[in-house]
Amino acid sequence: MAQITCKHLTLGYESKEILSDLSFNVEKGNYLCIVGENGSGKTTLVKALLGLHRPMSGEISTGDELKFNEIGYLPQQTMVQKDFPASVEEIVLSGCRSSKFSPFYSKQQKKLAAENMVKMNIHSLRKRCYRELSGGQQQRVLLARALCATKKLLLLDEPVSGLDPLVTDEMYKLIDELNKNDKITIVMISHDIPAAIKYASHILHIGNKIFFGTAQEYAKSDFAKHFNVLREVAG
Amino acid sequence: MAEIFEKLRSYMEYPFVRYALIVGVLVSLCSSLLGVTLVLKRFSFIGDGLSHVAFGAMSVAAVAGLTNEMLIIMPVTIISAILLLRSGQNAKIKGDSAIAMLSVGSMAIGYLLMNAFSTSANVSGDVCSTLFGSTSILTLSRFDVTLCIALSVAIAAIFILFYNKIFCITFDESFSKATGIKVGAYNLLLATIIAVIIVLAMNLVGSLLVSALIVFPSLAAMRVCKSFKTVTICSALLSALCSLVGMLTALVAGTPIGSTIVAVDIIAFFVFSAIGSVFSRKSV
Repeated sequence: MAQITCKHLTLGYESKEILSDLSFNVEKGNYLCIVGENGSGKTTLVKALLGLHRPMSGEISTGDELKFNEIGYLPQQTMVQKDFPASVEEIVLSGCRSSKFSPFYSKQQKKLAAENMVKMNIHSLRKRCYRELSGGQQQRVLLARALCATKKLLLLDEPVSGLDPLVTDEMYKLIDELNKNDKITIVMISHDIPAAIKYASHILHIGNKIFFGTAQEYAKSDFAKHFNVLREVAG
Repeated sequence: MAEIFEKLRSYMEYPFVRYALIVGVLVSLCSSLLGVTLVLKRFSFIGDGLSHVAFGAMSVAAVAGLTNEMLIIMPVTIISAILLLRSGQNAKIKGDSAIAMLSVGSMAIGYLLMNAFSTSANVSGDVCSTLFGSTSILTLSRFDVTLCIALSVAIAAIFILFYNKIFCITFDESFSKATGIKVGAYNLLLATIIAVIIVLAMNLVGSLLVSALIVFPSLAAMRVCKSFKTVTICSALLSALCSLVGMLTALVAGTPIGSTIVAVDIIAFFVFSAIGSVFSRKSV
């Protein structure tokens, strides 16, 4: 049983279709990259996977002991967040979900937050103000928060956008480690096709034509050819 | 100096002055608690818009000759707050223009009604005191004071109980939705609380100046404090202190209460900005 199964999914707003007849599945431990041009519906697809956007037709189901609200989500940063007066610790803690209502965070939740801050290498920054951190540090804070919300599947919406090449590389390695060492399934939206081929196990290309398969198959396909031509020209 | 204290002490003997001080401090405390969230969610203008709506509702109540104006003002403002916060998400008229329409519209209608149907001899005086709250804080009845205290305590309690959730939805609505927090319901709750606070604060500073109570203390606190918790606490304390100082100054100097409070808020904002810039220069 796959963790996420999409069958003949059609997504869109009001009567306008953005994506039609999309079928794919995500198995436990997979590293899926979703690539495609701007406006091809990547963010809409993510919203649908999170249960925030109702598909026009088709179905999305979860399995393998995964529930919809057990997905750890790393959204794209908003303007509001960039100058938000909150400490790193507060933000990471806000990822902890609680099964029953309580106005305060429990000891267990605090421990979970501390562990994830150590894992993301931001524990020493925990009292610092979020808006004073660098872009890479901010992303690691949001990743730690997403980890508090899940042990099973992370959904990352362009986690490296706006980061410099060095920090981008670190971020990819961090995500790769989460996938390999912590056995967390990764679903990532990306513009970076070379990195997608390098790290991902599967690739979903959406747009006018749809491709779903392993990263090796993708690298040999027509979709990547266009990119290979570009690389040869550049190199 | 001794004269001033003597004067204050003599004022304190009147119960209406004590009521005014209690209500003023409580209302400004509550408004700044929610102010932090409003400012961060880029909703500051909703406070302004709603206070104009409350003005319109108040003139309707006055024309209708109701003895208890709260009965109309409160529901109308709450409904407008809910409509405004909901329209932010998927309306044909975008949030800021919706606010502009609603606030200007209700101001105009309110003034029109007051002029056309008013029974009072001094219409412009009435309008002025509703807009700038010149004396209404000193004419509070015992019922008004009890209501105000009860609502303030309720608002503070709700804020503390839902503090973590409020933080979540202020920082990141889509993440909160994804983790199963009922964002819509909490926004509804926030809208209601904001409307209640604005109606309460209207007595204190008048409907034109209400948003100052919401905006200034939270912005001042954000200049200095580094975490959400300290920003919230700092802005609540600062707001209460500024209102107290403002009201006492107004009593002694005989200036209008509302605008004096706002003036103190403005001074506090600049002091905090100065402190903030000195500290940030040190840490760099």
